[in-house]
Amino acid sequence: MLKIEHVFKTFNTGTVNEKKALTDLNLELQDGDFATIIGSNGAGKSTMFNAIAGSFYTDSGFIELDGEDITFTPEHTRSRYIGRLFQDPLMGTAPHMTIEENLSVAYLRASEHKRGLFSHVSKSERDKFREQLSLLDMGLENRMNHPVGLLSGGQRQALTLLMATMVTPKLLLLDEHTAALDPSTAAKVLDLTKKIIEENHISCLMVTHNMNQALELGNRTLMMNNGNIVFDVKGEERSHMTIKDLLDKFEENAGKALNNDRILLSTKEGV
Amino acid sequence: MTGFLTAGIVRTALEVGLIYSLVALSLFISYSILNICDLSTDGCYTLGCAVGAIVTIAGHPFLAIPAAMLAGICSGYVTALLQTKFGVQSILAGIIVNTGLYTVNLAVMGFSSNVSIFGTDTIFSLFKNLNSSGFWKDWCNLILLAVIVAAVCLLIKWFLGTTLGLSIRATGDSPAMVRASSINPIFTITVGLCFSNALTGLAGCLIGQYNKTCDINLGTGMVTIALASLVIGETLLGRGKMIFRILGMVVGSCFYRFIISIALRLNVPTEAFKLVSAVIVAIAIAAPRAKQLIAFKHKQMTAMQERKSMRGDKANA
Repeated sequence: MLKIEHVFKTFNTGTVNEKKALTDLNLELQDGDFATIIGSNGAGKSTMFNAIAGSFYTDSGFIELDGEDITFTPEHTRSRYIGRLFQDPLMGTAPHMTIEENLSVAYLRASEHKRGLFSHVSKSERDKFREQLSLLDMGLENRMNHPVGLLSGGQRQALTLLMATMVTPKLLLLDEHTAALDPSTAAKVLDLTKKIIEENHISCLMVTHNMNQALELGNRTLMMNNGNIVFDVKGEERSHMTIKDLLDKFEENAGKALNNDRILLSTKEGV
Repeated sequence: MTGFLTAGIVRTALEVGLIYSLVALSLFISYSILNICDLSTDGCYTLGCAVGAIVTIAGHPFLAIPAAMLAGICSGYVTALLQTKFGVQSILAGIIVNTGLYTVNLAVMGFSSNVSIFGTDTIFSLFKNLNSSGFWKDWCNLILLAVIVAAVCLLIKWFLGTTLGLSIRATGDSPAMVRASSINPIFTITVGLCFSNALTGLAGCLIGQYNKTCDINLGTGMVTIALASLVIGETLLGRGKMIFRILGMVVGSCFYRFIISIALRLNVPTEAFKLVSAVIVAIAIAAPRAKQLIAFKHKQMTAMQERKSMRGDKANA
């Protein structure tokens, strides 16, 4: 459903700060795939997400979503089909707008529910918002008129998740969306993520620095290095892999050890 | 209300305050909602006045209102175009448009720096003729302006609750979120600035008909005055519910005119007015912070003194 073909992206071309962020990136994601992504610092994980979401146009290569070429589709058009969560919980919501207003803005993503520019939130929509909020089990359904700025990071991230999936996206991009949360909140948001993805059969890419998560979540693991996917594992082979196997595989394919400080820290804890 | 402040002075302050509140509301949309410093306000205000005056002289005082608003929309569109499509910084875009508007305004007024509309009907004179009682003659301007401003306030309240209005608010509040939620920021910024400048144009048109004159330098310092009203309004009515924030602009603007009226009564020379305006703005913006600072200093002093006396006790013991 998502197809990335020979994508290149270089920042600051021709200056001393030139950075080849993506070099001949290729990826094909099947319908319903849930792939976790790990990689060294600066491997191009977020850059790949930005390329898919359309934050910039790529230098060369093509991106296809559901058979449609989106290489030159503007970001705001792509975001109708692509939901996105950032690491920073403050980025996905508008702090001075109420929960209801935030949800209502997110609801715009619906291409099939084309609403007029001058329509207001209707009673039935409000009920729908309330019902969806209650699924989060955070008591947010009783705080519909509170500004989002008053919520905690975890609550905001859960709300962002709800906003990104309220109208089922074709693809969901999760960029370490639980990394900035405390462990128990992170676990809760992650559970929600799994639940929502499974229930709606959303295809998903998720960057993580947690090796356990990388192997346990989803059905596929991608490893990135130097703007490229160096290792791609799924199915039978993946189910038998340990973290050590994964680290060895990385070294074998990338020609160097994985040097993501946070991955190493979390691995020490985990193993 | 006799003696220091007569009914006439209060009435004039309210009338002018209501007209200026439209500019404050315009800045409310661009500055508070969209988080954009639109410095083309000065020129746009004059543009509204000039266009309004010309159309009024041609014998269409009512047509002058949509004409002036349309002129404002055009000006806002250019400002928006510069910053969205061509990446000009928003402050710079406003300044550029403001500079260009000076010539445009002169051109609209037939390359004279002053246009008088004495002797022609204005919406105020037409409204006045509806009734001949003394009370009506005194208060009709205020009633007309109050109706217009109330209508504009309701319009803004309604607009900001619509799908489009919410998108505009989100654009100013969280650019990252907007990008992830299929809102086109170019579109929302453009609509927002057009709407805000339409209000500035309307204010210009009303002040022209109210004063029965239009001057090329009419708008100078307008952005400061509107900002002062905005800050005073936010200080007085807070940043809570949307309707209070909107009404705060009107209250702030009227309050500002009262201060100016008092300054007038105290025989402050007119040449000093811009300075007085600037000082009021500075005070209004700095007041909350100064209050905090004084409170902190006080706390610090008390704490230090307490500590000193405790040490003294120890030394004595």
